[in-house]
Amino acid sequence: MNAPMTAGYNFAYLDEQTKRMIRRAILKAIAIPGYQVPFASREMPMPYGWGTGGVQVTAAVIGEHDVLKVIDQGSDDTTNAVSIRKFFARTAGVATTTSTADATVIQTRHRIPEAPLTEDQILVYQVPIPEPLRFLEPRETETRTMHALEEYGLMHVKLYEDIARHGHIATTYAYPVKVNGRYLMDASPTPKFDNPKMHLSPALQLFGAGREKRIYALPPYTQVVSLDFEDHPFEVNRFDKPCALCAAHGVYLDEVVLDDRGGRMFVCSDTDFCETRRAEGHRGEMLADTPADGGAA
Amino acid sequence: MSAALSTTLSAGFERPVFDAQAVFRCVMMAMARPGLIRTLTVAVKPPGRMAPAAAALALAMCDFESPVWLDDALAADPAVAEFLRFHTGAPIVADPRKASFAFLADGAEMPPLDCFALGSPEYPDRSTTLVIGVDWIDTESGWRLAGPGVNGQTRFSAGPLPHDFLGRLSDNRGLFPRGVDLVFVHGDRVAAIPRSTVVEK
Repeated sequence: MNAPMTAGYNFAYLDEQTKRMIRRAILKAIAIPGYQVPFASREMPMPYGWGTGGVQVTAAVIGEHDVLKVIDQGSDDTTNAVSIRKFFARTAGVATTTSTADATVIQTRHRIPEAPLTEDQILVYQVPIPEPLRFLEPRETETRTMHALEEYGLMHVKLYEDIARHGHIATTYAYPVKVNGRYLMDASPTPKFDNPKMHLSPALQLFGAGREKRIYALPPYTQVVSLDFEDHPFEVNRFDKPCALCAAHGVYLDEVVLDDRGGRMFVCSDTDFCETRRAEGHRGEMLADTPADGGAA
Repeated sequence: MSAALSTTLSAGFERPVFDAQAVFRCVMMAMARPGLIRTLTVAVKPPGRMAPAAAALALAMCDFESPVWLDDALAADPAVAEFLRFHTGAPIVADPRKASFAFLADGAEMPPLDCFALGSPEYPDRSTTLVIGVDWIDTESGWRLAGPGVNGQTRFSAGPLPHDFLGRLSDNRGLFPRGVDLVFVHGDRVAAIPRSTVVEK
C-alpha cells in the first residue's frame, strides 16, 4: 500500500540537522524517564494540534525498513491517522499497515492499542499539553521548579477536590502518572483505561509535543503508577456490555449514536483489534445489523 | 589555515541519511535497554584509537550544536579531531563541563564523572553523554543492573575501567535526575548505562 514517494524532500521530510537535534533530545528523554526535554520544534506541513510533535519524533526515529501504523483515538481510518500515514508513505517511502502486530513504529493520538505490544515496537504519542501541572500552575518557571523539587502536592489536591465534589476521582483522561517514583507525567489525553498498559510495557514509548516543544519518554519495563489515594484507589473505566460488533470484554469502547430515539451501540475504539476479532469469528450482538462483510471495509 | 590535514582522513557514512538513522536507532535502543548489547549494522572506519561504534555514534549524533570533549588518548591523535571537525562540524572543547558528548578511548584513566556536565535540577537534560571505548563487554556476569529499561535484573560488566567505577556509578545514580549517561563501545558493539540505572555488585 505504498504511495509513490514525493521527490524533493529529505527522507522522512525533516532535514538531518533537525533529526540530530530531536535524536539528542530523545536520548536524554530516555535517560530521564518522565522528564520533559525541551526541543527546537519545527514548523510542520500541518497545523499544531494535528500531531506535529508525534510526527517529528516519528520522522527522527523511523528507518527505511520500518512498518508504520498510525491511529487516532484507536482508529486507523480517521483523517488524522490517514493523512499522517500518507505523509510518511510519501516522504519516507516506508511500508504502512493497520495491523498492530505487523507495525514496528506506531504513532498514536490518544489511545494505546488493545493488543499487547512487544520489545520490537516503538509507540509514539502525539501530545497536546505535556505539562501535567499546567492547568494548576500556568507559569512554566514555577512548574519547572516544582518538577525539580518533586513538589507534586498540588496534583493530589486536584484529585482530592474531585473526590470532595463528585465522590470519586472524576479525571478520566490525561490521568496523571508517576514515572519510576520520580517525575509526574501527563499520559497525554489517553483514557485512564490505558494507563495500566504503560506500566512495565515491553515497548519503548516516546511522547512528542510540537506546539509546546517537549519530548519525553518511557523506556521499556518502567514503573508507571497512576496517582490515587489509599481509600480511593485508581480504577479504570468499566463498560456494562461487550463490544456490539466483536463481543470483546475488557476493552475500551466508543459510544455510537444510531438514531434520534436513543438508539446507540458501544464498539471497540481500537478498529484493528475489532476487525481482527471479527475475522476470527467473534460476533457481537449487533453484527448482523451491519453490512454483509461485518462493516470492516 | 596553515596546518595541513593529515592524508588519512577516514571516510564518513556511505549513505549518510540511512546510516545515521540506523546508528541512532541502535544507540537509542541501547539507552532504552541498559546493559543489553546492540551491534551496529553500519561499518565505519574510525580515526586513530576511536572504536568503530564511537566514530559511527559521533557521525550520527554530533553537529555544530553539540560540543565534543576528547580524552587524552584521543586528543593526542590529531586524526580524531580532524575527523570530527570535517564530518560533523562539532566544536571540540577542552572543558568537559561544556561537552554534550565526551569520547574516551582510555576508560581506565577516565576523569571523575562529576567533571562533566551534570545538568541542573530544572534542566537535567543539559548533561554530557560519555562514549567510552572498552576492550570487553560482558553480559554474563558482573554488576547487577536494575531500573527503567531493565526487565527484572540484568548483568553487565566492561573494562578496563577505574577500580572504583562501581562507586562512581552509584554516586552518579544518587544525583538523579542530574548526572551523566554512559555508552560503552567495543568494536561495532554498543551498550549503555543511563543515569536512571541502579548498579550493584
